[in-house]
Amino acid sequence: MDISPEKLADAYRLMKTIREFEERMRSEYQQGKLPGFIHIYRNQEAIAVAACLDMTNADYIASTHRGHGHCIAKGCEIEAMLLELACKEDGLCNGKGGSMHIADMSKGMLGANAIVGGGPPIAAGAALTAKTLGNGAVSLAFIGDGAADQGTVAESLNLAVVLQLPMIFMFENNRYAEFTKSPKPDGRIAERAGAYGMPSEVVDGSDFFAMYDACQRAIKRGREGGGPTAIEALCNRYYGHFEGDAQAYRDQDELAEERTASDPIPRFLADPRAAVLTVDKIAEIDAAIFAEIDRGFEVTYAAADPTPDKLYTDVYIHYEGRLR
Amino acid sequence: MKMSIREAINQTLHQEMARDERVIVMGEDVASDQGGVYGITDGLPAKFGLHRVIDTPITESAIVGAAGGAALTGLRPVAELMFVDFLGVCLDQILNQIAKFRYMFGGQARTPVVIRTMIGAGAGTGPQHSQILYPLLAAIPGIKVVTPANAADAKGLLTTAIRDDDPVIFCEHKALYMDECEVPEGEYLLPFGQARTAVSGSDITIVGMSRTAVLAEEAAGVLAQRGISAEVIDLRTLSPLDEGTVLESLAKTGRLVVVDEANPYCSMASEIAGLAVERGFDTLDAPVKRVTSPHTPVPATPCLELEYVPSVDKIIAAVEETLAY
Repeated sequence: MDISPEKLADAYRLMKTIREFEERMRSEYQQGKLPGFIHIYRNQEAIAVAACLDMTNADYIASTHRGHGHCIAKGCEIEAMLLELACKEDGLCNGKGGSMHIADMSKGMLGANAIVGGGPPIAAGAALTAKTLGNGAVSLAFIGDGAADQGTVAESLNLAVVLQLPMIFMFENNRYAEFTKSPKPDGRIAERAGAYGMPSEVVDGSDFFAMYDACQRAIKRGREGGGPTAIEALCNRYYGHFEGDAQAYRDQDELAEERTASDPIPRFLADPRAAVLTVDKIAEIDAAIFAEIDRGFEVTYAAADPTPDKLYTDVYIHYEGRLR
Repeated sequence: MKMSIREAINQTLHQEMARDERVIVMGEDVASDQGGVYGITDGLPAKFGLHRVIDTPITESAIVGAAGGAALTGLRPVAELMFVDFLGVCLDQILNQIAKFRYMFGGQARTPVVIRTMIGAGAGTGPQHSQILYPLLAAIPGIKVVTPANAADAKGLLTTAIRDDDPVIFCEHKALYMDECEVPEGEYLLPFGQARTAVSGSDITIVGMSRTAVLAEEAAGVLAQRGISAEVIDLRTLSPLDEGTVLESLAKTGRLVVVDEANPYCSMASEIAGLAVERGFDTLDAPVKRVTSPHTPVPATPCLELEYVPSVDKIIAAVEETLAY
């Protein structure tokens, strides 16, 4: 495992940022201060961070409805994200996307997606761009275990193999498709992806180091023209499908145990490979994270809503017809 | 130079691929020796290579979605949805993804993708290979819908579509592929949102699009022999829609027949009729008449298919009824 102290600090900072960003957001949401649906990523942070840590802005990701962690890991700015989650004019998508459509083209973040399984074909297209231009970029689709059953995922797996695209299928198996426990045993998704003819493996999604190792290999394979890779990251969905879902359908003892056992952050810090992160260093990182989040909310709550004329902007780049 | 729509599309793809290396062609059988079902992509693989002319599996969601994703990230894909009927297996990627990128990402996205697709009855291809469906597409904000009726327009509109930075669905009527007309040599662009007055007239306006514009023109010829001066408007693009040309013609003639091969409910014919009533009411001397296919699937049997589609006779009957009002 080749990871510099700077990257270790980044990995911790990003995981911790996702965690604290969402916990604060959840609390504000519960107070009715944020609109729409939100889907919390807690306990899956190591997956997004490991996947994106070695990517640049020239690499692409396509995200899911549970996308805040993917955004942060890919480099989206906290303040611009918060402005979007609050649907403000200066948000990343001018308030027109919200939590489930947040995107940042400048960072290669091709959008959260409110259609389960909507992202993989788009990520395949980005991989096709990279392959056609021969620029060494890779494209990664985050896919839930529920989405893994969609036809678009099957089609994308197949297309990626047929065209040998520089693509990574990152299956986040939190074992719950909305309210329904996955009927598939762990590993079945990787097995299925592998059957299409690409290397695939099952990784403990709460083990940052194992995830990073698998992602490094997948990215290297993609950059070197080796085609697609599938990773099934086993993880725990700490909260419900959406915020407000109390998960009454789950065995509460099992859930409580999973919540602790599958928390990637203490596990990361307890690992000897993270020993360079001293208590002081961690405190410094944490303080900066909390300050950034506080500042983000401050700016967000003072920010303007879009003006009514914005309803009609950005439908097209150029349109000779009537919009109203 | 005289050429068919099929040849005009093929020539346009050659010209645009030569002009811009970001243009790629992808779809089922597009790189095959015979250039797809109707030879539209003939000669492209040999000239531009298999990295730019990409054969895909039979996988419409992935074809359309990947074309959208490639467009979002810097290419200008021309994807083929072999028959528009296959919209059923890939609509999400058009409706919820490609059409909405620019708006829901707050203007960050640019999705210069063209989806070429074959529409229409007349080849005996039955309920799942003969539909029109463009009203469904024209109803979606964020995409443009183009329906050429002749080879020159096919060239001019496809060139514009490929160079357009918004997503465009380019509808090719399978019964028109072999129709020939004079096509300008070299670079030829036609703007979207500008209907074509195919025939000038003063007694009645007949609006058509794609094949029904051709039928309307034929009907106008027959009507002229009977002393009726019909003006024929070919919409050329359904979104954006050139409402001005229709309303101006209506102001001149006072009577309107709209001919549309789509099923009647929520058709383009309904849209044009609504336009006439809402914004041209004062100029109407008679009720608007719609000539459409019926509210049935397209039958395979040629005798029933003939009964299904709008025809010159049906247009003439509608015109006479409108004039007799």
